[in-house]
Amino acid sequence: MSTIHRLRSNAGAALASGVIVLLVAIAVIGPWFNPNNIESLDWAHVAASPGLTGAHWLGTDRLGRDLFARTLEGIRVSLAVACAASAISLSVGIAYGAVAGYAGGRWDQLMMRFIEVLSGLPLIFFVIFLTVIFGRSRYLLFLAIGAIGWLTMARIVRGQTLSIRQREFIEAAVASGAGTGRIILRHVVPNLLGPVIVYATLTIPQIILFESFLSFLGLGIQEPHASLGTLIAEGAGEMEAAPWMLLVPGGVLAVLLVCLSIVGDGLRDAMVGDAGEAT
Amino acid sequence: MTPVLEMENLSVHFANRHGAIAAVREATLTVLPAECVGIVGESGSGKTQTFMAVMGLLSGGACAAGSVRFEGREILGAPASELNRVRGSKLTMIFQDPMTSLTPHLKVGIQLAEVLVTHSHMSWREAEKAALRALERVRVPEARRRLRQYPHELSGGMRQRVMIGMSLLCDPSLLIADEPTTALDVTVQAQIMDILRTMRAESRMAIVLISHDLGLVAGLADRIVVMYAGRVVESAGAADILGRAVHPYTAELLKCVPNLRGPRLERMPSLAGQAPGAASPETGCAFAPRCPLADERCRSERPVLRDAGVAAHQAACHHPLPA
Repeated sequence: MSTIHRLRSNAGAALASGVIVLLVAIAVIGPWFNPNNIESLDWAHVAASPGLTGAHWLGTDRLGRDLFARTLEGIRVSLAVACAASAISLSVGIAYGAVAGYAGGRWDQLMMRFIEVLSGLPLIFFVIFLTVIFGRSRYLLFLAIGAIGWLTMARIVRGQTLSIRQREFIEAAVASGAGTGRIILRHVVPNLLGPVIVYATLTIPQIILFESFLSFLGLGIQEPHASLGTLIAEGAGEMEAAPWMLLVPGGVLAVLLVCLSIVGDGLRDAMVGDAGEAT
Repeated sequence: MTPVLEMENLSVHFANRHGAIAAVREATLTVLPAECVGIVGESGSGKTQTFMAVMGLLSGGACAAGSVRFEGREILGAPASELNRVRGSKLTMIFQDPMTSLTPHLKVGIQLAEVLVTHSHMSWREAEKAALRALERVRVPEARRRLRQYPHELSGGMRQRVMIGMSLLCDPSLLIADEPTTALDVTVQAQIMDILRTMRAESRMAIVLISHDLGLVAGLADRIVVMYAGRVVESAGAADILGRAVHPYTAELLKCVPNLRGPRLERMPSLAGQAPGAASPETGCAFAPRCPLADERCRSERPVLRDAGVAAHQAACHHPLPA
């Protein structure tokens, strides 16, 4: 039975991935059905409450901007940050971890100590530092979060590589005259993908949370753009007068995070079965 | 005739906290073209490590000394890039456990073709055709379909055939088979040995067959080398070893081979005692504690490998049995 098949037969994970696909689909095609955009101010409806009959389905914020449009933007931005940062941490982490694990010995020690030094740096301080030097941009945010994420990824990959290196098929590959680069690329890295994908799925919610946190502090996405984090920060200020400003983006974030975690868990269970089958 | 493989005084040591452990001690061995040499010995006698050293596959803590020449060129301690020119093409090895020797996520056809792309610089299309021919040569049924399957879809015997097919892709001059049938059942073992025999007849490659099973080795080998505690103790033509062993160890080993025609035995004969550990220092003959003929000299002075009267029959013993 394949991983996909097993994932599908897990009702919770199947439902959760359905919800994620639905949210992404709405976030992408929603703007075409919504007459309001993220920036236009509707002075006639400032802080309007949600209602399907009005011009603003999910209400407006205190500047009269459409909350539906802004929440969709928030989903897109949060997911984009998560995907970009994961891509960075994946590519750097896999390359670094696989080389360290395969090289072993002194190189391994050196490369892992370097990671420990880096992960000793305080995270927030690091991001503030980067924003101060390079100014605020969303690409910097991708980079900053990715630059932190790869440390853990590299550790996981290195650990996996150490165990894969002992397997006989690596010995057989060496005996067949394959060079080190080819062995790492063709025989080690593809075998890492299982645990790595699972870990990446589980880190995406963490990254979204971290981005929300940074945006909440004012270090992340800048106006007029919105991420779920900035929307929640804005909404938190109007919590008593207009609770929907907090509840809408907050609810979406919560649903997204729960679903991603369930999919990650389901994927891990499905992959464990696969690994058992392959050996 | 230049030998395919010339090994002189090969030693393999593993360094650990308590000092060096000697896995192989001054092994000397020659393999001629198209010759099949059987290496026999019990577990821990150093037979696998000897050829791991030849292939440059020793683990990180090991260190090898001596000389190994493959087709006249020194390969012991050669850098990996230089080794890779012969490794997998002219000098190949198949391993004990076919279940784990193939990369699990790559289709069999790709793994086979990759060897040719690496060594013969073939295009992938040509390489896949050659891979198909290789599988047909080692009698893999439905070879075309197998190429598109993953290793876990094949049985153990099938995988070992794939490994043999892979090792034959570039017409090797020497194939090292390290207990190729130990992990397989007896009927499959017979098939695999039959394939090795056919391949040898077809392509005139030399084979080193490592095994602890004297009977298995006797079926294929021209010459048999017996190893004990990291040393070569006897080396002779297969018939001489089986019929006129001069080293007491070999003689005792032969007594342990069950005979189907003889009277039914109450107990399987076995060698008393244990082989010395690789960490223990060597004084005299390593076999002396278990040897029925051992005397003071055996315990103090180490016998060297020398001619035992008959042509090309060598043994390391102070009291060789009459040939």
